[in-house]
Amino acid sequence: MSTVHSSPYINNNESVSRMMLAVLYALIPGTLVYVHFFGFGVLINIFIAVVTAIICEAAILKIRQRPIKPYLYDGTAVLTAVLLALALPTLTPWWLAALGTAFAIIIAKHLYGGMGYNPFNPAMVGYAMLLIAFPKEMTAWIPAETHGMNFYDTLNFSLFEALPADKTYDALTMATPLDSLKTQLSLGYTIDEIHSSNPSLFGNIAGYGWEWINIMFLIGGLVLIFIKVISWHIPVAMLGSLAFMAMIFSFSDAGSYSPVSFHLFGGAAMLGAFFIATDPVTAAASNKGRLIYGAGIGILIYIIRTWGGYPDGVAFAVLLMNMAVPMIDYYYKAPVFGASSNN
Amino acid sequence: MSSPLSKFFGGLKLPGFKSISMSQATEDAPLPKLLTLPLKQHIGHAAEAIVKIGDQVLKGQMIAAAQDYVSTPIHAPSSGKVIAIEKRLVPHPSGIPADCIVIETDGEERWTELSPHTNYRQLDASALRNVIRDAGIVGLGGAGFPSFIKLNPGPGNIINTLILNGAECEPYITCDAMLMQEQSRKIIDGLNIMRHALQVEYCVIAIEDNKRAAHTMLVNALQEHEAEYIDIIQIPTLYPAGGEKQLIKTITGKEVPSHGLPINIGVVCHNVATAAAIATAVLEGKPLISRYVTVTGEGVDHPRNLNVLMGTAFSELIDLCGKNSKAEEFIMGGPMMGFDVAGDSVPVIKTSNCILVKSKAEKTDYVMPCIRCGQCADVCPAQLLPQQLYWYARAKNFDKTQDYNLFDCIECGCCSYVCPSHIPLVQYYRFAKTEIWAQEEEKKSSDIARQRHEFRQFRMERKKAENEERKRQKRELLKKVNGEKDSAEDAKKAAIKAAMDRVKAKRETQSIAPENTSNLSEQQKQAIAEVDSRRKKVKEES
Repeated sequence: MSTVHSSPYINNNESVSRMMLAVLYALIPGTLVYVHFFGFGVLINIFIAVVTAIICEAAILKIRQRPIKPYLYDGTAVLTAVLLALALPTLTPWWLAALGTAFAIIIAKHLYGGMGYNPFNPAMVGYAMLLIAFPKEMTAWIPAETHGMNFYDTLNFSLFEALPADKTYDALTMATPLDSLKTQLSLGYTIDEIHSSNPSLFGNIAGYGWEWINIMFLIGGLVLIFIKVISWHIPVAMLGSLAFMAMIFSFSDAGSYSPVSFHLFGGAAMLGAFFIATDPVTAAASNKGRLIYGAGIGILIYIIRTWGGYPDGVAFAVLLMNMAVPMIDYYYKAPVFGASSNN
Repeated sequence: MSSPLSKFFGGLKLPGFKSISMSQATEDAPLPKLLTLPLKQHIGHAAEAIVKIGDQVLKGQMIAAAQDYVSTPIHAPSSGKVIAIEKRLVPHPSGIPADCIVIETDGEERWTELSPHTNYRQLDASALRNVIRDAGIVGLGGAGFPSFIKLNPGPGNIINTLILNGAECEPYITCDAMLMQEQSRKIIDGLNIMRHALQVEYCVIAIEDNKRAAHTMLVNALQEHEAEYIDIIQIPTLYPAGGEKQLIKTITGKEVPSHGLPINIGVVCHNVATAAAIATAVLEGKPLISRYVTVTGEGVDHPRNLNVLMGTAFSELIDLCGKNSKAEEFIMGGPMMGFDVAGDSVPVIKTSNCILVKSKAEKTDYVMPCIRCGQCADVCPAQLLPQQLYWYARAKNFDKTQDYNLFDCIECGCCSYVCPSHIPLVQYYRFAKTEIWAQEEEKKSSDIARQRHEFRQFRMERKKAENEERKRQKRELLKKVNGEKDSAEDAKKAAIKAAMDRVKAKRETQSIAPENTSNLSEQQKQAIAEVDSRRKKVKEES
C-alpha cells in the first residue's frame, strides 16, 4: 500500500498509551484499599511485576526487531503486569509475580504476535499458569487487617521467604472467603451458618475487606465508562449474568447458594468486569458481541465458583470466552446503513 | 409539513474552525493573467476541447464540449487567448498532470452572447435540463456529479422531496455558509427552478444549527418569495450531517438502500451552491465560470471567502489572503475528506470548495497495531465494521472487504479520526476500492478477449462445415452425372477400391494408433465414451 498521507488530516489526540494510562489511574482507589486491608505485599507484587514486564517487553521487542520506544510507552505491558499483580495473594515470594508476568508477556503476548494480536488475555494466562503450577502459594491469603505484617516483614518474605520469629506461614495464611465458603458448604453447613460462624472473614456482604476493594474497583470502572475509555456493554452483561445466576439459585435454595451481593462484591468480580474482561484486544468487537461475551463470562464465573474446582473463576471464565470471540464476531455484525431498506 | 428529525448512526462532534474565515464579506478575486481549465472537473467523461491554440475566446464561451451523457462542457471564465492545450498539474489526489486549456486573459472581460430564460416555467423539464447541462453545472458540494442527471428522475421514479444541502459539516469550510448569507435569494430562485425540472412538490433547505446568520437570511428571502412548500430546517451540528445519505436520514427518517440511490426512496439532494449556479445559468444565461472558495488554515494570515474564476491558481488566492511561513501543505477540501494537491500552482476547479493551507504535519505518530477497541465502529455513519474492513484490506482479501460492504464507505474519515492506534483506516479503504476497480477493469477486458476467441472458434467451425457441405454437394452432382455409365465395371472398381481402403485403414491404425488409448479395458473405454458424449453436449449447448 502506498504510504502517501491522505485525509483525514486531523485526529482527536487519543492514543493507546493515553487509554492504558487512564485504566491504570482508575485502578488506584481499589489498589489503595487493597493495600489497606492486605498490606504492602500488593505494592511489592506490582513493583516486581512491572519491572519484569518492562524487561521482558523490551527484550522481546529487541529480538523481534520492533521499535522499542512506542511499544514500551503504549502502557499495555505495564497494565498486564499490574492486573496480574492485583490478582496474586499478597504474601508471596518475589519469583511468583516475576514468573507469572514473564509468562504473560513472552508466551501469551509476544509469541502470539504482540500487542493487538494475542487471542488470550495475557494477565489471565499468567495467572492461570501460576494457579495450576503453584496451587499452594496461589491460594494462601493473609487475613484482612489482622495480619500484622509491616512493609519490612513483607519485603523480607518476598525476597527471602523469611518470616518474623513469632509467625509461621501456615498460621498466618488462610483461604479466601470464596474458598472457605466452598469448603464449608461441602461439609454440609448452610450459607447463614458459615457467615455467622466467622464474621471477621465474611464481613457484611462478601468477605471482610473484599467488599470494599470491589466497591472501589466498581467506582474506578464507572469512571472509565464515563470518560469513554471502555464501553458499558461487557461489565453490565458480565455482572448482570452473574447476578442473574446467583439470583435464580439463591432463590431456589438460599441455604446452599450465596446471595447476589456475595457474588457481585466478592473475589475478583469488579476487577474482572471493568478491568480484565474489557481488554479490547481479546474481547468481542461489536456491541452485541460484547454483550454475549460479557454474559458468557458472568455465567462461567458463577459455574466455576459454585460447582468448579477453583474458588474464583474470573481467570478461567475470561480465557474460555476469549476462545469464543472469533465465533461471536462472526455471528454478530451490525446491519449496514440502508440494509433494512434493501428488502 | 416538516416531521421531527431523525438521528443517523455514529458521527462526530468536531471543532469547527469556521468563524476564522467568516469575518469578511466575500469579494471577487482579481482577474488572473492565466486561467488553467482542466477538461475534467466533474465525475464522468472529460470534456473535449473545441478551441485551438491561438483562438480568441469570450467570457462565458464554451471551450470544451461534453463527451458523453455523464459529462459537462467547460466555459471560458474570462475573455482572452488560448495559449496552450496540454497536460498541466490539476487538483487530483493522484497528482498526475491532466489535459487543460490555458487562457491568457486580456482584461477586457468581454461576454459572449447570453440567452437567459427568465420565463423558465414555460420550458419543459428536458429543455430546462439541457440549459443546465450546457451551462456546465455540476454538484458544487465537492463530488462534482453533473447536475442535470440528478434533475432527471427517470421513468417510473416519483420524487416527493427535494433537499438542498446547506449543512456544510466539515471543519474550516464556510463557502456555503457565506453563499447562503449573501446570495439567499438566488438560492431560492435556483431551488424553484430545480423544483420545476423535477416536478416535485415539497422542498427542504437543511442547514446545520451552527450557521445562524445563513438561516436568518434564507428565512427572510423565503418570506419575500411566499413559497410555503419550502421548509428551512436546522439540523444538529454533527459530522458528517452533510453526507447525502446522512442528511436524507436526518430529514426524512428514511435510509437510502445500501448500494442504492436517494431517488430509490423518492428523494433528490442538491448542494445550495449548485442551486445558486442553476439560478445564474437559467435566469441570467451565464454558465458556471466562478464559485465561492474558502481560503483558510494556519498558513494564511487573513482567512476568508472569495468569489473565484475557475482556472485561477491556488497560489494567487493564498497570496491574496496573506500567505505566511506556515504555508507548507495545500489541501483541497476540508481536513476530513480533502486531499493534498501537488503544489499551489494547481487551478481552482468546479469542485474546489476550500483551500486549506497548513504547516506540514509533524512527524506522524507511530502507527500501532489495532487493539480492537471498536471506537471506529461506534462512529461510522455507514454502520460498517471498520476494523474488519481494515484487516481484509490489509490482507488484500478484497472479496471479503466487499462482503463487509466496502463500497458503502463514504470515506468521511470518522474512523481514522478516533483511532487510538492512529491507523490510516480510510487510506486502506481507498486502496482496496482502487484495487477492486482495477481488477474489474481487467476482468472486463479479459472477458472481451475470451468472447472474441470463442467467436473466432465458432466462425472457423462454421466455415469448415460449409466447406464440407459444398464438397458433398459437388460429389453428389458428379455421381449423378456418372451414374448412367457401365454399372458392372463400376461395381468391380468399387469392390477393389473398398478392399484397398480397408488395407490402408488397417495399416494406418497399426502404425499411428496412439498407444495410450490402445489395449484399454472395457471400463476405460466406457469412461472415454462418456466423456466424449459430455463434451459433445457442452459443445452443442455453447
